[in-house]
Amino acid sequence: MPQSDTATILKILETDFNAIIEEWAGSQIEEGVKRSDLFSDKENRAQNTELLKSFSKGIRAGVVDGEFDLKDPAWEDLRASLTDITKERVKRGVTPTEMATFILAIKAPMFERMKGELADSPTALVNEILMLSRLIDAFSIFTNEVFIVEREQIIERQRLEMMELSTPVVELWDKVLTLPLIGTLDSARAQEVMENLLETIMQRQARVVIVDITGVGTVDTQVAQHLLRTAAAVRLMGADCIISGISPTIAQTMVQLGIDVGAVSTRSSIRTALADALKTMGYEIARIKDR
Amino acid sequence: MSGIASIHLVENALLVSIQDDVNDTEILELQDTLSSRIAEDNVRGVVIDISALEIVDTFVGRVIAQLAGISKLLDAETFVVGMRPAVAMTLVELGMYLPEAQTALNLSHALSLLRSE
Repeated sequence: MPQSDTATILKILETDFNAIIEEWAGSQIEEGVKRSDLFSDKENRAQNTELLKSFSKGIRAGVVDGEFDLKDPAWEDLRASLTDITKERVKRGVTPTEMATFILAIKAPMFERMKGELADSPTALVNEILMLSRLIDAFSIFTNEVFIVEREQIIERQRLEMMELSTPVVELWDKVLTLPLIGTLDSARAQEVMENLLETIMQRQARVVIVDITGVGTVDTQVAQHLLRTAAAVRLMGADCIISGISPTIAQTMVQLGIDVGAVSTRSSIRTALADALKTMGYEIARIKDR
Repeated sequence: MSGIASIHLVENALLVSIQDDVNDTEILELQDTLSSRIAEDNVRGVVIDISALEIVDTFVGRVIAQLAGISKLLDAETFVVGMRPAVAMTLVELGMYLPEAQTALNLSHALSLLRSE
């Protein structure tokens, strides 16, 4: 009777450690995921050795009665090396598929040896192969998770950076402000933009505000809602609001979506909006001489 | 006259400034007083200065909207002036856009708008 589902695995890892490292590298080449263009042989070997070491350490302590949980302290070393190696590989441009295949490639040399060791007891062979498969699958899923977490951190950082990109309120003329909006307008950003704009209206005692949406790619119902609310708040403060930069495409979309701008004035370009704003303030732009 | 708000007659318009610590009873009193003053003085406009108000709730918002409605019935234009940014945002959040009232930045802006009418 075999003692446990991992006895042979551990035995192979102990006796044939170096040979497995070699063959693992071999099957990585076969699968086309070794990426010799990104990693030197030496580096690759070091990573493989580190992984395999913490792998056998984890199996020895972390598999109890055929069950294991990668979150267990016994797997700490493996988690750490998997995380480090995944991060390092991702940084150099390895795809998640390549990373997962890289881990899965260890199956071939292991299975081959287990077949030899357990040739006489097919039941034990199947059990151990099943166990090892589960373990290695779990590792490759883990690398995927590391990959995703890494990506999410990047996305979050970029989102914060985008939020910080100031939305400058520019004074175009005495008591005439403009707010050039660029990118998308989600709830958090809309709130910040509105606060900023209203504060400036109070400081400068502005009478006309031009909200220019030339740089806004798409206007859906939510963006339109934010725009109209900003316009309403501007009106409550006592200033006129003109929304400019509405492209023909956006105009079509807005009508198709059934967005009613109500009493808010809209202009196709900031040029006409500025002319209107100056007119409200009692100015006009005139030619000073023929040129 | 209500203690919390002063009402002055200037150039055919009533100027009302609402104090920060106004409570619900007082603002209803103001609504009463103001309605009769609009009729008595036969004014063309009512200018409500809310620059002292740091917070508004739906009640105050509604009373202001009602004041505007009353003035309109009595043939006077209402101007809400000096609204603070935070108040404007709150009212928009609450969906109270005060369509009955006109708005102005400050007193002089409101008076110039009244004169040009």
